[in-house]
Amino acid sequence: MSWDISKINEWSWKEHPTGAVIKDTGNSRKVKTGGWRSLRPIHDEEKCNNCFICFVFCPEACISFANDEFAGIDYDYCKGCGICAEECPQDAFEMISEIEAQSKEK
Amino acid sequence: MAVKNSKTVAIVGNEAVAEAMRQINPDVVAAYPITPQTDIVQAFSAIAADGLVDTELVNVESEHSAMSACIGAASSGARVMTATCSQGLGLMWELLYIASGLRLPIVMPNVNRTMSAPINIHCDHSDSMGARDSGWIQLFSENAQEAYDNIIQAVRISEHPDVYLPVMVLMDGFIISHAVDRMDMIEDEKVKNFAGERSAPFTMLDPNNPACVGAFDTLHGYFFEFKRQQEEAMANALPVIKNVANEFEKISGRSYGLFETLGMEDAEFAVIAQGSGAGTIRHQIECLRSNGIRAGMIKLRSFRPFPAEELIEALSGVKTVAVFDRSTTFAGGMGGPVFNELRSSFYEQENKPLMVNYVYGLGGRDLSVELVKKAMEEILAMNSSGKAEQKINYLGLRE
Repeated sequence: MSWDISKINEWSWKEHPTGAVIKDTGNSRKVKTGGWRSLRPIHDEEKCNNCFICFVFCPEACISFANDEFAGIDYDYCKGCGICAEECPQDAFEMISEIEAQSKEK
Repeated sequence: MAVKNSKTVAIVGNEAVAEAMRQINPDVVAAYPITPQTDIVQAFSAIAADGLVDTELVNVESEHSAMSACIGAASSGARVMTATCSQGLGLMWELLYIASGLRLPIVMPNVNRTMSAPINIHCDHSDSMGARDSGWIQLFSENAQEAYDNIIQAVRISEHPDVYLPVMVLMDGFIISHAVDRMDMIEDEKVKNFAGERSAPFTMLDPNNPACVGAFDTLHGYFFEFKRQQEEAMANALPVIKNVANEFEKISGRSYGLFETLGMEDAEFAVIAQGSGAGTIRHQIECLRSNGIRAGMIKLRSFRPFPAEELIEALSGVKTVAVFDRSTTFAGGMGGPVFNELRSSFYEQENKPLMVNYVYGLGGRDLSVELVKKAMEEILAMNSSGKAEQKINYLGLRE
């Protein structure tokens, strides 16, 4: 990626590209949409049978598998939509309050 | 400047515009018919069917779709045109802002017709005036010749890298669109060279240089910055309109600017008008001047951008200014849009002229010679007394 947007919040109106056109690919990964999340999915290893259904349904491709086993949720981009919890046949996801989860982490 | 023209024709305004479109040969035209604009697209469809242009003509199901198709095509780097008026422009509404916000050069003749209700298909400027804050450049035409000339110049103004804004070319419904006028057409080759090829800053159809158009701007995003850029682009359009006009004079012999003046070098009072009404007013101003009365006139061509500084300078010597508006703002007795903007422009000036407004011609009410004469007598009286009995006047209204 050639376009450095690391200080975009400091840019003057004169610096932005005309017409809000983005002439760069794959830069959406620079926008960590996990910040939108109000509910956080918590995965339960005990209940999970590695069926891959959450992997298929996650609209943000935040769920990863390694060696055919559930390998984690990318919270940088997970918007907390709850589709994984809704679709999981094993009920292996619990949606908890993001604010509470963060306050516990502090 | 004397320039040999290929032919002088008798033509209605709508066909004149279609001929300009043929000569420009745009890549895409997407349009939907609405009276009194229909003949533009009808004539252009015949031109396209005859193979005289390379244009991809898209017959859409509404004006909303017409502008949507234009936005898509312009984003791909194509030179794009459409045409509409009145309710059709109303249906395009949300897309007007998208076209200007994405900074897409689109040229659109708008055949000025009023907005319903009651249903009325005739001329006033309330349709395009409603879109005055949508970020489009708006150029008025007095007759078929100016509509034709404005379309050709609009392509260059719109595609200028300092501007990149869509342009509306305004022409009065029926009075210009359907009346046969004498017009000089420029040779095809000269128009083609003048218009040139569209140079796009990006194209969505280049796989080696991909671009994302119309991305989402979040609450903490950059929307404000982009709007400030649009304001700058509109200000940039002022010199660009003048420069394009200078170049156009070389191929046409006809001179244009942000506005046209008559008798302003010694005028004591001035009338400002736009569109076809300027013709009737000019006749009266000339009559007054031949009787030794120092009357002047400004015919506004560019309403967006609004040439405030230039207008203040041109009007610096007059005691009274009468603004003729073919629409009103419904602000509750504040008068028409041109009156409001001109009055606002004078706020910081120490020497302000007496300013009065004449709202006229709504829904096609004729601006007759007699009405203009009556207004001139009133303006003359105001000029000598230095007082305006009535600031907002409705000319031709049955009281």
